[in-house]
Amino acid sequence: MNPLKLAQARPGPAFTVTFDGRELVALPGRTVAATLWASGVTSWRTTRGEGRPRGVFCGIGVCYDCLVTVNGRPNQRACVVPVHPGDAIRTQQGTGHDD
Amino acid sequence: MRLTCDVVVIGAGMAGAACALYASRAGLDVVVVDRGPVAGGTTGAGEGNLLVSDKEPGPELELALLSGRLWTGLAGELGDRIEYEPKGGVVVAADPEGLAALERFAAGQRAAGVTAENVGADQLHELEPHLAPGLAGGVRYPQDAQVMPTLAAAHLVRASGARLSTGRTVTGVLRGASGAVRGVRTDHGEIHAPAVVNAAGTWGGEVAALAGVHLPVLPRRGFVLVTEPLPPRVRHKVYAADYVADVASDSATLQTSPVVEGTAAGPVLIGASRERVGFDRSFSLPPVRALAAGATRLFPFLSGVRAMRTYLGFRPYLPDRLPAIGPDPRVPGLLHACGHEGAGIGLATGTGQLIAQVLSGKSPELDLTPFRPERFGEETV
Amino acid sequence: MTDASRPETSPRLAVIGAGPAGLAATLAAARHGLRVTLVDAAPEAGGQFYRQPAAGLGARRPQALHHRWRDWERLRDGLDRHITAGLVVHLRDHHVWCVTRRRSGFTVHALLGPEQERPAEVRADAVLLATGGYEKVLPFPGWTLPGVVTAGGAQAMLKGGLVLPGRTAVVAGTGPLLLPVATGLAAAGAQVAALVDSADPRAFVRRSPALAAQPAKLAEGARHAARLLRHGVPTLVHHTVVEAHGDQRLEAATVAALDTAGRVRPDTRRRIGCDTLAVGHGMLPHTDLAEGLGCRIDGVAVHVDDEQRTDVPGVWAAGEATGVGGAVLALAEGHIAGRSAAARLSGREPDPRGWAGADRARAGLRRFAAAMDDAYAPPAHWAEQVTDDTVVCRCEEVTGGAVRRAVTELGAGDVRTVKLLTRAGMGWCQGRMCGTAVAGLAGCPETAARRPFARPVPLGVLARAGSADDEQ
Repeated sequence: MNPLKLAQARPGPAFTVTFDGRELVALPGRTVAATLWASGVTSWRTTRGEGRPRGVFCGIGVCYDCLVTVNGRPNQRACVVPVHPGDAIRTQQGTGHDD
Repeated sequence: MRLTCDVVVIGAGMAGAACALYASRAGLDVVVVDRGPVAGGTTGAGEGNLLVSDKEPGPELELALLSGRLWTGLAGELGDRIEYEPKGGVVVAADPEGLAALERFAAGQRAAGVTAENVGADQLHELEPHLAPGLAGGVRYPQDAQVMPTLAAAHLVRASGARLSTGRTVTGVLRGASGAVRGVRTDHGEIHAPAVVNAAGTWGGEVAALAGVHLPVLPRRGFVLVTEPLPPRVRHKVYAADYVADVASDSATLQTSPVVEGTAAGPVLIGASRERVGFDRSFSLPPVRALAAGATRLFPFLSGVRAMRTYLGFRPYLPDRLPAIGPDPRVPGLLHACGHEGAGIGLATGTGQLIAQVLSGKSPELDLTPFRPERFGEETV
Repeated sequence: MTDASRPETSPRLAVIGAGPAGLAATLAAARHGLRVTLVDAAPEAGGQFYRQPAAGLGARRPQALHHRWRDWERLRDGLDRHITAGLVVHLRDHHVWCVTRRRSGFTVHALLGPEQERPAEVRADAVLLATGGYEKVLPFPGWTLPGVVTAGGAQAMLKGGLVLPGRTAVVAGTGPLLLPVATGLAAAGAQVAALVDSADPRAFVRRSPALAAQPAKLAEGARHAARLLRHGVPTLVHHTVVEAHGDQRLEAATVAALDTAGRVRPDTRRRIGCDTLAVGHGMLPHTDLAEGLGCRIDGVAVHVDDEQRTDVPGVWAAGEATGVGGAVLALAEGHIAGRSAAARLSGREPDPRGWAGADRARAGLRRFAAAMDDAYAPPAHWAEQVTDDTVVCRCEEVTGGAVRRAVTELGAGDVRTVKLLTRAGMGWCQGRMCGTAVAGLAGCPETAARRPFARPVPLGVLARAGSADDEQ
């Protein structure tokens, strides 16, 4: 069993996005976080202080732990932002802003 | 519980902490008492400005210069823990008329001992690369500095070695047969001492009333904005020249010419608005909107930066805009150290030093006449 | 805005939040004479409880992930009907950051879309706050590792994205959410290695009268328990997670039994291999918008009267924002709030007999929620598990030791002063994730924090926000 099968999903056509330059398959409607989870990726940010890896925590847009850079725009909540074909998702370091 | 000591300091904010530190270092046994936690009032809602740049020549500027020297001294022992940053201030003017007025103001300050360097329009962006284009010029004030006010208050109290008694409300000032102070009554027993320092900030008028004297401290509300964490982009304390006019203003209406600055922790601080609305703690959009508008005018890149929070505090001011510092001749043994409005963090060290000098029988190094607490009349409460 | 059946002059209510409370309120208010603007952050109505799979995923059987599906169908169909009739406007992807009072009426300030950079302002004569809640998680060593998620977060990702966090999950903490999360993950194909609940089964027996008065709720619990058995999920009651292990991501969790005092029994520690740890310790209400409007907050919840009115005229509140009690209670509260608002905004004194059924349900479910809340308490000595080097504030990476030092060495006595001294709670989440833990470590009661901005707002937006209101 998997979640798509359980909900009898017939997703629209898959497309590709990149994560740190690597191509990933994405399904329409999924968030950045769901897309990364589906590809086995669980962290996409390193913290400002200790440089520790982080990913989804609250999953509903409250904790801001899943911040990520999408198409050059930093501090996007991966659990809220949907993916679009060709999105360039990058691991976010520190504040996400260039020094 | 009954305690005996040399001095009771009422208020564990920045002023109380500085009084405790310098009094302890003068050899006195000090108890600091506060109804809330450390820095629970105006200190915890402040920005931590240590400014000389916004002060015209006169007693407040002298106090600011003394305080600045003392902060520099404290930075040696506590600097990192209180996030002391001698970053300097940059005041900018939008047009030639504004610049001319600013430069005249700076010339007067220089004569009073302030270091102030005129900065041409072409040099402004070397100092602050992200400033808006088209400004007429500015003045750089290397003596302006910053601390994190809550950390500063907490670490000064700790460094003082004074006994700290938080969550304890002073309910009365004890006086002997001669009328002289002999301590305070609190909701957890009395504390006996021959001297009491009123460092209750915005609530200093209430403490004065407990001793039976009139001190008309009033609140002025200020909002501060805090952004998301950023890499260092704003290097100095930066504000527009009209801030000086705002600070000196007697107007009751909203004024906002915000000071914009980066912090060691990453966020940019924008503050503060100034409004006379009593102790109204409710959120109000117009002052916060005006802060945002002022900050984005100075630094256009901030438009896309997110404000994460805003907080408000009540700055204590007295009718003539000077603090009350020194002994109160109406009640022997009572001293005041309050009413510094939005400058209390910066002026705290000098205030504490002067109070300590009075307490230990020395002649204070600044003339306290302009700050004398009885100057508003003898009206008893 | 066109309104086929109601004049432009009829009062407009802004309902904030399209979960069970907000939907029930919207339907009741629209049916009884108001025009409603339903403002919600999600792309689809439903809130967290009825979170829908993204449309692009083409789920033909979303009910496989849900409970009480018929309630949802009724709400959804009612909403559609009212929208078609022009009585309700549903504003999706509107992230509300503040609600302000005007001379007459209110302005709802929102940011549009997932990027939240462009503003939208919605005006209404009154507002109804159905802002819901979020999950409370108490810290333990390793809880910041990727793979450790909130129980509700695992469920939200499953319901909305049809995706699992990993292959092998441990579900842990306390509260009524853990059971449906464990069964949901198992049904979707995850191996649930254990359901670990710190609640003491004896606590439920002690509170049995209040619980037995809600047979439908108990039956729901029994159905979840049967599903757990079917999926072969081992349940460890009166146990707690002691530590999460891993370097770059979660590899295992150590769990242990609790003694009668609620302390970990070290001899019972055992390590369970897992790549997912879904953890939760109950829920907290979203009170920011209410607090910003000046509404009275009791503890951590918005105070309301029998009609679900706050103490600020023109502001109603319903659902988890007024105290956590689940979706069915939220429906009853939302209904009452919508009816009350409809009557009062039309200048009528409402007749509570009109909502007697909802009133009875509300009373019983609130008693049930209080009993559940007692029974599902976190371990009494959870703070002992927070070592001095455990990160407590996830955003600013403030440790348990730093929080303790602020109290013992620097004179902090409350959450706010700890925050100012340590930065705990100053980060992106503004203390929503660490507030409970900081209060617990500092030994002070938890209270609702002041957050005039319910979410971060670009300064460029703030610089113009509400300027049209001042020109009125």
